[in-house]
Amino acid sequence: MQETTTAEGLSALNEAFERPPSSLWRDALRHLVRKRSAVVGMFILSILLFIAIFHPLLATHDPNLPMLDVPEEVAMGVRKRTPPCIHAFGCPEDQPQHILGLDGNVRDLYSRMLYGAKWSLLIGFTTMGFAIVIGTVLGAIGGYAGGWLDNLIMRFMDVLLAFPSLILAIAIVSVLGPGLINALLAIGIVYIPVYARIVRASVLSVRETDYVEADRALGVGPGRLLFHRILPNALTPLIVQGTLGIATAILDAAALSFLGLGAQPPMPEWGSMLGAERNQVFSAPHLVFFPGIAIMLTVLGFNLLGDGLRDALDPRLNQ
Amino acid sequence: MTGYIIRRLLLAVPVLLGIVLVVFTLVRLIPGDPCRAALGERATDEICDAYMTRRGLDQPIPVQFVRYLGELARLDLGDSFRQGRPVTEMLIEKLPVTIELSLAALTFALLVGIPLGIISAYWHNSSADVGTMIVANIGVSMPVFWLGLMLQYVFAVLLKDTVFALPPSGRLTAGVTIDPLYVTWGWEVDGFVKGVLDFISNMHILNALLTFKWEVLHDALKHLLLPAIALGTIPMAIIARMTRSSLLEVMGLDYIRTARAKGLREWGVIMRHGLRNAMLPVATVIGLQFGILLAGAVLTETIFGLSGIGRTLYDAITGRDYRVVEGFTLVIALLFVAINLLVDLSYAYLDPRVRLD
Repeated sequence: MQETTTAEGLSALNEAFERPPSSLWRDALRHLVRKRSAVVGMFILSILLFIAIFHPLLATHDPNLPMLDVPEEVAMGVRKRTPPCIHAFGCPEDQPQHILGLDGNVRDLYSRMLYGAKWSLLIGFTTMGFAIVIGTVLGAIGGYAGGWLDNLIMRFMDVLLAFPSLILAIAIVSVLGPGLINALLAIGIVYIPVYARIVRASVLSVRETDYVEADRALGVGPGRLLFHRILPNALTPLIVQGTLGIATAILDAAALSFLGLGAQPPMPEWGSMLGAERNQVFSAPHLVFFPGIAIMLTVLGFNLLGDGLRDALDPRLNQ
Repeated sequence: MTGYIIRRLLLAVPVLLGIVLVVFTLVRLIPGDPCRAALGERATDEICDAYMTRRGLDQPIPVQFVRYLGELARLDLGDSFRQGRPVTEMLIEKLPVTIELSLAALTFALLVGIPLGIISAYWHNSSADVGTMIVANIGVSMPVFWLGLMLQYVFAVLLKDTVFALPPSGRLTAGVTIDPLYVTWGWEVDGFVKGVLDFISNMHILNALLTFKWEVLHDALKHLLLPAIALGTIPMAIIARMTRSSLLEVMGLDYIRTARAKGLREWGVIMRHGLRNAMLPVATVIGLQFGILLAGAVLTETIFGLSGIGRTLYDAITGRDYRVVEGFTLVIALLFVAINLLVDLSYAYLDPRVRLD
């Protein structure tokens, strides 16, 4: 009797040893797909990515072409800021079909919205990429060097953090001049301190560990230490913060464009489309409504995914 | 406690100096010269030279900086280049607008956010919880300027002839005015006291309350409602989420079980034992909202035609009005430091285990 139990126990033990070790990332993915809100986030983002890639095929018109230059449309009596008209939904056949209506320059809003998806994703990824790279370098230098250099860098980060982000971004854009690239740069700069702090904290916690001591004794250089020891430790918070950061960056970029400091006309960027027509909200609400919904859904997608990632990558929550 | 406050204020001095330095350099890097921004493109070189000399702008930047520090030490923020009046006077006029707006937005955020968080934590995983969290997630993802425009459309156009109609912009209906407190009360004041009273008077709601002008109060509240909702929605959503997660954590602890075992009513358990202990992280989040409120104020004030510090600062930055940018950002940074200090002090009140020393 007892022997069989021992044998059973041994075989179970062997089985456990033979099972491939579950990696952090595979675990994280498993937890992620189990979370409903994260799945919704990924769903929204995949649609957005699909639109961003295939927008030239999905668009019905050239995003920058005024319909007054199209003879057939002029013949049908096209007018600026006409509300959405879809023939299948009962819009009279003698009116030109525009799924989301026309804007103040008689351009097709639906096509412009599709092109905007591309810009929105580009804006989010480039600003956060910039902030993460610069922040990592500064944080790593500060944490690694210590002393006055660390103090100088981190106090400068404190100063940056003491401003409301949008106001600092406005000030930086004024220095650089209005334009999408400068707006992205400004937003990138504003978010550097967040990542610098994360990486610095991680450097400080890893610096004194035995395996780093051993590396150093073996003569491993600071560059290799950074990429093989420190960054892997900081990866989780960087990914989570980066995903949520993309959401804020898209909101801030849209706000700058709305104020006329970011994307310039005729670029089909959601924030500037909204800003250009904001005084028409009482007469042509569709021109304000649709770009805003698009911004909101994009930001929502990144927020949901970021929250999901935070839960999935936090081992304490997975017990 | 006093020692702690003094130490914290001293620690803030280097950061504030850094801010003054950064802002000072930043505004001077803005391309284009302040003279032509103020006087127009056609101002001649002679006029502009005189203009720059009169304001000390022809001096090297380090010299300008030292002079500016000297003025700051005398609590003088200088004069606006474009409007020719003291920056302090502009602050007295604009700051109350933003304070009133931010406080109204924060009130909305707390009054809606905390109950939503409690509901969602108490009926954890119910449909009420899911619904609340959907609202909260959409709330944090909403562009402030879009929400503002949509609120205007709904309440000023769609609901125009109903009881829910609200004015789309401004602070008071044309024709409704409110006097400064010292005029209403017939006081003869000048100098500093006048400045303080002007400052308080410009918060129309407080002014109307103090002088019992109910008509004005009603009108001002009606005008404030939409901007406050627009500005307060993101903080509301964040506070709701924070209250929920914090309360969920606390409600799983032993002393909650003890409180229930003692036979306390459920309401008492949540409010006295649960919520009070769950408020600590919420207080931090509320403090952090201040930055969001100020950044959102630029957009909200633009949309609702309010002339507060957000809008004025934006105009000053784009109009190269150095003194206004410097003065306003310094005051904003000071407010930041003060609010963070208040948040830290509130920890000691909310959690007696926290010792400040």
